[in-house]
Amino acid sequence: MTKLLTYSFLLFCFLLTACSDEGTEEYVNKPTAQPLEIPPLFAQLIINPVIPFDNPQTIEGIALGKKLFFDPILSANNTQACATCHNPQNAFTDSSQFSVGIDGNLGIRNSMPLFNLAWNYDEQFFWDGRSFSLEHQALVPVEDPVEMHNTWETVISRLQQHPEYPNLFSAAFGDGIINKEKATKAIAQFERTLISANSKFDNYLLGLVELSPQETNGLNIFMDEDRGDCFHCHGNPNNPLWTDNMFHNNGLDATITDIGLGAFTGDPADNGKFKSPSLRNLKYTAPFMHDGRFASLDDVINHYSEGLKNSPTIDPLMKKVAQGGVQLTNQDKADLKAFLLSLSDASFVNNPDFRN
Amino acid sequence: MKKIISIFVLALVIFSCGKDNDDNLTPAQPQVAVTFKFTHNWDGTTVNSSNLQTEVVTNANGEIMNMTRLRYLVSRFILTNENGDSFNFDGYKFTNLADESTYNFVPENNGIPAGTYSLKFIWGFNELDNIDGAHPDLNSASWNWPAMLGGGYHFLQFDGMYNVNTTPLPYNFHNGTALVSADVFEQNFAQITLPSSLEITNNATIEVKMNIAEFFKNPNTWDLNVLDTSLMPNYDAQKMIQANVQSVFSLGTITQ
Repeated sequence: MTKLLTYSFLLFCFLLTACSDEGTEEYVNKPTAQPLEIPPLFAQLIINPVIPFDNPQTIEGIALGKKLFFDPILSANNTQACATCHNPQNAFTDSSQFSVGIDGNLGIRNSMPLFNLAWNYDEQFFWDGRSFSLEHQALVPVEDPVEMHNTWETVISRLQQHPEYPNLFSAAFGDGIINKEKATKAIAQFERTLISANSKFDNYLLGLVELSPQETNGLNIFMDEDRGDCFHCHGNPNNPLWTDNMFHNNGLDATITDIGLGAFTGDPADNGKFKSPSLRNLKYTAPFMHDGRFASLDDVINHYSEGLKNSPTIDPLMKKVAQGGVQLTNQDKADLKAFLLSLSDASFVNNPDFRN
Repeated sequence: MKKIISIFVLALVIFSCGKDNDDNLTPAQPQVAVTFKFTHNWDGTTVNSSNLQTEVVTNANGEIMNMTRLRYLVSRFILTNENGDSFNFDGYKFTNLADESTYNFVPENNGIPAGTYSLKFIWGFNELDNIDGAHPDLNSASWNWPAMLGGGYHFLQFDGMYNVNTTPLPYNFHNGTALVSADVFEQNFAQITLPSSLEITNNATIEVKMNIAEFFKNPNTWDLNVLDTSLMPNYDAQKMIQANVQSVFSLGTITQ
């Protein structure tokens, strides 16, 4: 009798605690969570990446996004994928000043490299910040007439008739129709996995390698308000993103023709402002600037040293504009360049997970 | 039977770990919560995200100037009542004038008895808080102060152009740790004490007003023609900003 009472009580306790509703749900395709692996340096120094609550990272979503990213099915004539202008070997940009679209037309902006995108806290994408969120950004190139020149209706129809995609979409997002929202969610998931955090400088911060004297001097020039003063827009050893992801007029032109952020906000004070790009992976991402006008890193350094041009919205951080720039010596330029190249991450551009 | 009783007691212990409403002792007085709301003006003209980049102002030295960017850091808010009891609020406030969501500061540990208080806070970070790289949210905003200048964080970044009516030139009015000489640094925060007394009777929003013009006014009349850029490594400029910040803040209205 005692035993019976004991077991009855234990059963009662078990029932009390077993109140989750797992057993009542119908089985549906449930993708497997695959949270971003946050590099130790990022976890230590900066706040968490932005993952939309309605688009968590999953194994199936990332795999689908990767397939879509490399698939020319997105373009009208099946010739161009995202990866055409965002090539892994170039840190997901290309080496052209302007990329050529499917009809042979040139865009007006340099293809942006893609990495560490989940740490763009304000979520303003493109050089002019016109897309909020990575998911919305991914909608645009498919229909841009100088890029993939397609319609999402066509893309969805192709995906629905494809031998593999319907199953991949079901695995990633459950049953239901394929739509552009799911497609861009998947692409965004893949893009968020493109994390670059293994440059020489990262390893220096982790205590694994030493900088050369030239690189050390280059860092000092970068951080010196009297010389490079690069850090106000491009991060610092405590901000491993190497960008502020904000918008500045960096003195490229006296007369501004492409108004950049101003076209999006409608505020003339924003004319000529473009997003500060990250300084990671410069070894692989030439040419530089929003219009790809500078073929080399030397050209970029020379611009800030003696090539600045004044205009009404120039950023006051271009403080030596009256003298044309910060007037670095040749030795300073060489050292600054050596430091900047220490931010490049060969393991990122060679990562087999990021290849087709 | 003993076993049953043991199990029952064990079960009681296991199931009694919820949060009880009576865990906190009833306070002697009802607690009220405070919110600090920072507003910004140039000698009385409101400056906010709408007109930051368009307002043209004249400083005490007569230069006509505009403002591109204004961000600042304050910390260690303390309310002290008439008995001398101090209530310290955790956290710090990083304000970006371009982003009105940063204007308000609601401390996490928030509850004081009604009473009459005075307010003080730190301009920037004191030496306990101004630890290089220690604050991920500020690192993420690239708010760091270079290690070669003592490290830690900016207290102020105020950029724009002056002499906009003649030949516009940039100013970068930045404040942080002062460089005395190579590898010798001096703390440069300021203790701001607002003399007015605050009658707090209920949950309250306390307005703190920043008069931006005061940075250029008192006790040092600032001549941007002499001190405009590269002020960060300039010891004298850093100490002058530290002195001038004392008259920048004042109490506004209390809403409760």
